[in-house]
Amino acid sequence: MTKLESALLDLLKEDCRLPLEKLAVMTGATLEEVAGTIEDLEKRRVILRYAPVINWDLTDRERVEAMIEVKVTPQRDMGFDAVASRIYRFDEVRSVYLMSGSYDLLVLVEARTLRELAAFVSAKLSTLELVTGTATSFILKRYKEEGVVFERGDSDHRLVISP
Amino acid sequence: MNYDRFLNPSIAAVPPSGIRRFFDLASSMKDAISLGVGEPDFRTPYHIRNAAINSLIDGETQYTPNRGILSLRREISRYLSGRFSVEYDPETEILVTVGASEAIDVALRAMIRPGDEVLVPEPSYVSYSPSVIFAGGTPVGVVTREEDDFRLKPEYVEAAVTERTRVLILPYPNNPTGGIMERDDLAALIPVIEKHNLMVVSDEIYCELIYGGREHVSFASLPGMLPRTITVNGFSKAFAMTGWRVGYACGPKEIISVMNKIHQYGIMCAPRMGQVAAEEALRLGRENGYEDVLMMRESYDRRRRLMVESFRSMGLHCFEPYGAFYVFPSVRSTGLSSEDFCARLLKEKSVAAVPGNAFGPSGEGNIRCCYATAVDKLTVALDRIADFVRELKEQA
Repeated sequence: MTKLESALLDLLKEDCRLPLEKLAVMTGATLEEVAGTIEDLEKRRVILRYAPVINWDLTDRERVEAMIEVKVTPQRDMGFDAVASRIYRFDEVRSVYLMSGSYDLLVLVEARTLRELAAFVSAKLSTLELVTGTATSFILKRYKEEGVVFERGDSDHRLVISP
Repeated sequence: MNYDRFLNPSIAAVPPSGIRRFFDLASSMKDAISLGVGEPDFRTPYHIRNAAINSLIDGETQYTPNRGILSLRREISRYLSGRFSVEYDPETEILVTVGASEAIDVALRAMIRPGDEVLVPEPSYVSYSPSVIFAGGTPVGVVTREEDDFRLKPEYVEAAVTERTRVLILPYPNNPTGGIMERDDLAALIPVIEKHNLMVVSDEIYCELIYGGREHVSFASLPGMLPRTITVNGFSKAFAMTGWRVGYACGPKEIISVMNKIHQYGIMCAPRMGQVAAEEALRLGRENGYEDVLMMRESYDRRRRLMVESFRSMGLHCFEPYGAFYVFPSVRSTGLSSEDFCARLLKEKSVAAVPGNAFGPSGEGNIRCCYATAVDKLTVALDRIADFVRELKEQA
């Protein structure tokens, strides 16, 4: 990764709405270099999406999230990839990770209601032939996501003016 | 009761810091974005905090030697040698202090006799001149100019020297201007320093925050200058450790031992947990190539470019600072004084900056803006300043 790529990723990760002009100034690169580098990062799927971090608890949208530990039987020649891809195709699934440790896949699932989520686990996930077991944990409260603390309150303890 | 009889008139006469008024104003405005801070926006790296936590858990809560924990002084010696090629004996030539501020204070008190003059470049950090007065000396301002990139020129020093001059303060990289002194600039001062037999207090607290491919040069590393220099430094800026209050002074053992006398009677020692944390900062830095410092510097540098470019695009003259974490744009073109500009900016746009004259009369016409603040806040603050400047120009 070049120095410019690394700098751009750092800056965009903090604020993906920074205009190209500002990114160019801050990295000391030209506008064309910045635009080209970002386009290239997108093409190579290093940057996948520009999305905000949302605190849904402050909205009126009903939403249930769960983390599901999934044990699966790996397939010959395919390992875990085939079963993972079966799982991530479901719309309810937000993230899927292959894990080390006592289970194989960690699946983050999102649904509107508890009932919907239960239906997903019992009807869709558990019935996949390679899934040998699941353990579902519901998320009760989110404290921090993507480096952002949800609780309001200024974490800047500095004096407003100092010499 | 009238306390005049009990107050030292020369100290009572020192005006309070010019920053105070803005502090009170800005503190009263809840949603103001402050560019008036003088410290990093990073927290002290975790491994450093953890070293202090562990030391407390282990019950290391006692006094340390007056000069500081010896293993810390050894790390300081290694650091200055490895990084800036200056050699100090940890046993006799290093004093760990309560922040660099104490180091400056005791250095001046150790060296100054009543009536001695101390040359203080301006604009500069607010406490040099008061510290000189508290030490019984007379501060003599030496103006630095924007057209010289706020570098200290030998001819200005020469013009300010009298037979009473004993000490020159060398505050680079500079707060508030962000100006630096490169090797040639420092070398140019040697003849005047030698001619008038001066000592130098070189405040290098911002030595790690230097940009644009420039390198910090420690004054004591110049030929013949080691015996003439008290090098002052600390952990606050480079390692984001302002609240820990750990700094140090290094210099000839004859002067350090007198400084230690003041320090031992007045202070005893810098807080132990701070010293433990400082030692960890240097030890790990030495092992990992000062990873944390480099990361912070890179982040400051991006914001520095953004600040300079933004002020320039507002039509304000902005000198490019290569050190510290301040920009010092000129607001003369708006027709307002530094103080009026800052007061109105705060009132009308809720952005706090520090008027340049707080750092000496020659700072008039400029404002100090610190960029050690998150980019999203900086961006909003800069947009508001741009609006403010535009409105001022429309009114004119």
